[in-house]
Formats: sequence, C-alpha cells, structure tokens
Amino acid sequence: MAEIRNYTMNFGPQHPAAHGVLRLVLELDGEVIQRADPHIGLLHRATEKLAEHKTFLQSVPYMDRLDYVSMMVNEHAYVMAIEKLLQIDVPERAQYIRVMFDEITRVLNHLLWLGAHALDVGAMTVFLYAFREREDLMDCYEAVSGARLHAAYYRPGGVYRDLPDSMPQYQAQHTRNEATLKSMNANRQGSLLDFIEDFTQRFPTYIDDYETLLTDNRIWKQRTVGIGVVSPERALALGFTGPMLRGSGVEWDLRKKQPYEVYDRMDFDIPVGTNGDCYDRYLVRIEEMRQSNRIIRQCVDWLRKNPGVVIVENHKVAPPDRLSMKQNMEELIHHFKLFTEGMHVPEGETYAAVEHPKGEFGIYLVSDGANKPYRLKIRAPGYAHLAALDEMSRGHMIADVVAIIGTQDIVFGEIDR
Amino acid sequence: MATTLESYSVCLQNVLGDALAQITERLGELTLIVKPQAYASAMLALRDHPDCRFEQLIDLCGMDYSDYGDGAWDGARFAVVTHLLSVANNRRVRVRVFCPDDDLPVVASMVDIWPAANWFEREAFDLYGIVFEGHPDLRRILTDYGFIGHPFRKDFPLSGNVEMRYDPTQQRVIYQPVSIEPREIVPRIVRDESYGAGR
Repeated sequence: MAEIRNYTMNFGPQHPAAHGVLRLVLELDGEVIQRADPHIGLLHRATEKLAEHKTFLQSVPYMDRLDYVSMMVNEHAYVMAIEKLLQIDVPERAQYIRVMFDEITRVLNHLLWLGAHALDVGAMTVFLYAFREREDLMDCYEAVSGARLHAAYYRPGGVYRDLPDSMPQYQAQHTRNEATLKSMNANRQGSLLDFIEDFTQRFPTYIDDYETLLTDNRIWKQRTVGIGVVSPERALALGFTGPMLRGSGVEWDLRKKQPYEVYDRMDFDIPVGTNGDCYDRYLVRIEEMRQSNRIIRQCVDWLRKNPGVVIVENHKVAPPDRLSMKQNMEELIHHFKLFTEGMHVPEGETYAAVEHPKGEFGIYLVSDGANKPYRLKIRAPGYAHLAALDEMSRGHMIADVVAIIGTQDIVFGEIDR
Repeated sequence: MATTLESYSVCLQNVLGDALAQITERLGELTLIVKPQAYASAMLALRDHPDCRFEQLIDLCGMDYSDYGDGAWDGARFAVVTHLLSVANNRRVRVRVFCPDDDLPVVASMVDIWPAANWFEREAFDLYGIVFEGHPDLRRILTDYGFIGHPFRKDFPLSGNVEMRYDPTQQRVIYQPVSIEPREIVPRIVRDESYGAGR
C-alpha cells in the first residue's frame, strides 16, 4: 500500500501575495494547511543596533523606514519616548498637527491595505481606486515635509515646520492641455489646510465606492467570511492589537483608553467586530477610515483658528530658527552642538506607545545619559500578528493563507526591523 | 485608572511578595525587578490575580547592560524586559529579570503563560543569546541561516564579522571577513552631573 505523506511547500519570498519578503514553509495535507512556519528576517537591517550608534535626532528618519506605509506614526512613537524622558511639553499646535497627520497616515495605510488585500483575493479595481486617493495624501506629505514617503517631519519637541500656505501644483506637460491642467490644479489653489478640507469632503463618497465594490460582493464574502477566526480571549493572549484585536470584539484603542497628544478632545468612535474573521476586520478598517476622516476635519478647524509655534523654544532639544542663528552667537553654538554632538537625554527608561494603523506601535527607550540611546526596542504590531499566522491558518486551504496574510496587514519593514 | 500609581505599586507588592526584588515608579511607569528563580510564578500571578489581570504580553526583549554608563554598571550583564498590558484594568507594567549567569544567560520561558512570547523570545535568543528554558522551538528568527554570534550584544561590532558576495570563479555566494572598517563620526559621550557648572 502506498504511503501517504504530508508535503511541504515554500511560499515566497518572491511571491506577490507574500507582501514583501515572507518565506512561508507550509506543511500540507492535500490542499489543507497542517502547519505554517513563517521565516522572517530577510529584510532585517538591525535598526535598533544602528540607533545605538546614532544621536537621537539622526534616528528619526530610520523610523520612517520601519513600517514604510505609515511613516509619520512610527516617528510619533519615537519622538514621544524622547519627550517623555526629557519631560518636555509639546506646543498645542504641534499636537494638533501630529494628530492630523497621524490620521492622514492611518488613511494612507488602510488604503494600501485595502487595495493589496482585495488584489490578493482577486479584485483588481479597488487597488487602482485606493492609489488614486493615496496620491492626494502623499501630496500632503510632500507639501509639509518635502518628501512623499519618508518624511522625518516629527521632531523631539514638536514638528519640523508649520503647515505651508500653498500646495504644489501640477506642471504643464505635452500630454495635458490647458483645461485639464486647470481642473487638476483646481483644489490646489489655497493652503494645505484648504486642500485637506477638500479631501475630507470628497473622501466619504470614495469609501462608499470601495464598499459598493466589496462589502456585499459575493466572491469577497466567500473568501473572507469565516476565514481566520480568532476569539477575543485568544486575540489577547496572542498579543493582538489594533484592528486585529477590535475585529475580534475587544473594544481597545489607545487613542481612547490611554489618550496621547490631543486625542481626548477629538470626537470619534471605535468600531469593533463580532465574529473575529477576515470580513469583520475588513469592516473595522473601513469604518476606521471614516472615523479618521472625522478627526482630520476637527483638526483642520482647530488649526485654522489657532496659529502659534510648532516646536519648543528649548534650543537644547530643537534647533533655533535660521534668522536668529545667523545673528546671534549663542544660537549658532546651540545649532552647532545640536547637530554635531546631539542632545543628551537624561538617564532612565520609558515605553511610549501609539495607536498605529496596524496596532500598538511602541518604543522602549533606555538612556544612560549619553547623546545616543543605550537601547532602543521597537515593538512592532505586525510581529505579534505574523507569529499567530500558524494558528490562524491551520485547517484552511492554501488560498486562505493569502487572505489571512492580507487581513493581518503585514509590512516587512516593521517586522524584520 | 481609578487608583493612583503609588497605591497600585503597594498592591503589586502584596501580590508578588518575596518574588519581587525591587519596584520603582518613574515618569508614570512602574518597573518591577523580579528574582530569576521566582520569575515564572510571579508572571503567572500577574496574569491571573484579580488585582493584576495582565492578559496581554505586549513586548519582550533582551538587554545587555555591559556598557551601561560607560562601564559604570556592576550587576548581571543580561536581562529580559517584559511589557505587560491589562486591558481589563487599563494598566501597564514593566518587568525586568536579570540572568544570574553572564556566560550562559538562562531564564524561564513565558510561552505557556502568554503564547505571544514565542517569537519575542526567539528574537531575544537570536540577538542576545539568552536561553529560554521551556521554550518549544528556540530557533534563530531574524538573522541569516547559519549566522554565528549574537549581533545585539555590545561586544559585537556594528559592521559585523562576515560579508557575503557572489564569487564569479566559484560561481556561488561566499562569505568572507568584512572589508570595511567600523567608523564612528559622532562619539558617544556621557556627561557627568556637574558638567559646565564651574563656568
């Protein structure tokens, strides 16, 4: 009699649905998963070790490259940890700017997740729509920091500079006639805040578009309902955070429960799921985008009415402005010392966590009083989620693994660090 | 948060009793230092005691204190730092346990208490060489297959020891000693307390 054996299959690292560089060793019985063993580390850059050899300010751009689809939120946790150790207060306007860009980033992240997840499961159109909106939001990044992705905009003590009064415009090109160019630049005539407000008015109808494509779509539901079910107790034990935890019905959101910056003044709701499957997590993230849109609007209103400084005046932490640096010896020395030796953070340790689009993103920072961190530990939400892939995919088919990787919103920049 | 941090730290002292070596409160965060022999039982109490209910292990990481304060450290070299979160009580706590032996750091594994610890402990083993007793599958996780050494230890050079390249004569990828010098542009400085006070 022939012996029947399970066989193992390699999934990735060069597979479009592996979301980057995931090597997944699957043990299969027919087409049913018996065991999934993710091999990670193919994108390991030792960010934490590099940070031990850089001054505190030099590590800010490294944070962008962790989860490279939600750049500013990573920076946020890092600068919050430094501010906590330095015990400095951030100006109110900077706090509102941070909250606004955190939410813009959340929308950016969820749009990429939505497009990629739908593409993995077989729906092409959503991806194209999602990237149309991402383009507008990345223009906001560009207007404020000069970079479309790796912004390095949040700094210890505030944000690098105030919001600009103008938006970048589309330039004339041989493929665009004058009327097209005019209509493309129509909502870019005012300030950045005007552009963001215009976006928040358009965005809810865009979400409706995505929902008409997916929410009641029979194929979408067949692929996601009842797939990767996690009970609330199990989700807590496995270290799930963010939409993965809320999808299982646990009402936990750091923005509400342990509010930082000005989230306690914002009016928004936390969506939770009931079944803990891929479909519920999809619904949670869709609703989160609507709630983020609400928060962005509230921030825009406040920021219009309240001008002010956006970074602390303490020049041991934040650089002085250009003009005073050119005219004042003391400020010149401050500038020079800050960008060569860097700031000295008092001895101690702290853990700062933010509600990242993917879950709880935390920075554990240990300083021994030097100009560089002694130890920096990045708590990436995706790391705990991917660790649970084995448990979530057992007993499912190969095609469902793709749906589960999609629902976990895996990005290797943060998992491999 | 109904009760203050001070009263909560008294409450934790009562729960943990002898297992606790030290409890400190700083910057609004509680840090417990637990004795290594009582580590597993203390963590179990933190998860199950009705006053604690830390049902989530948020983070677990290794620490190497050998260079701390430019050589001012005189304790055990390796430690494991855990961050716990209680969703029910909305509390956080940090637990640190030092590994008694510097040459072979061993602590108990937390996988049976929180399954989330699995990959975090693999990472601490990979990067610091800390062995977790009772871990079901203690393999390297982030570094390359066949990697030698524990890269996050303070005596491991930033540039590493080996580099990889394709060798056209042998027609395969080979490993060779690194050809770059470690380069430090900004030196690491710890200023003493009275720096600049005399001027």
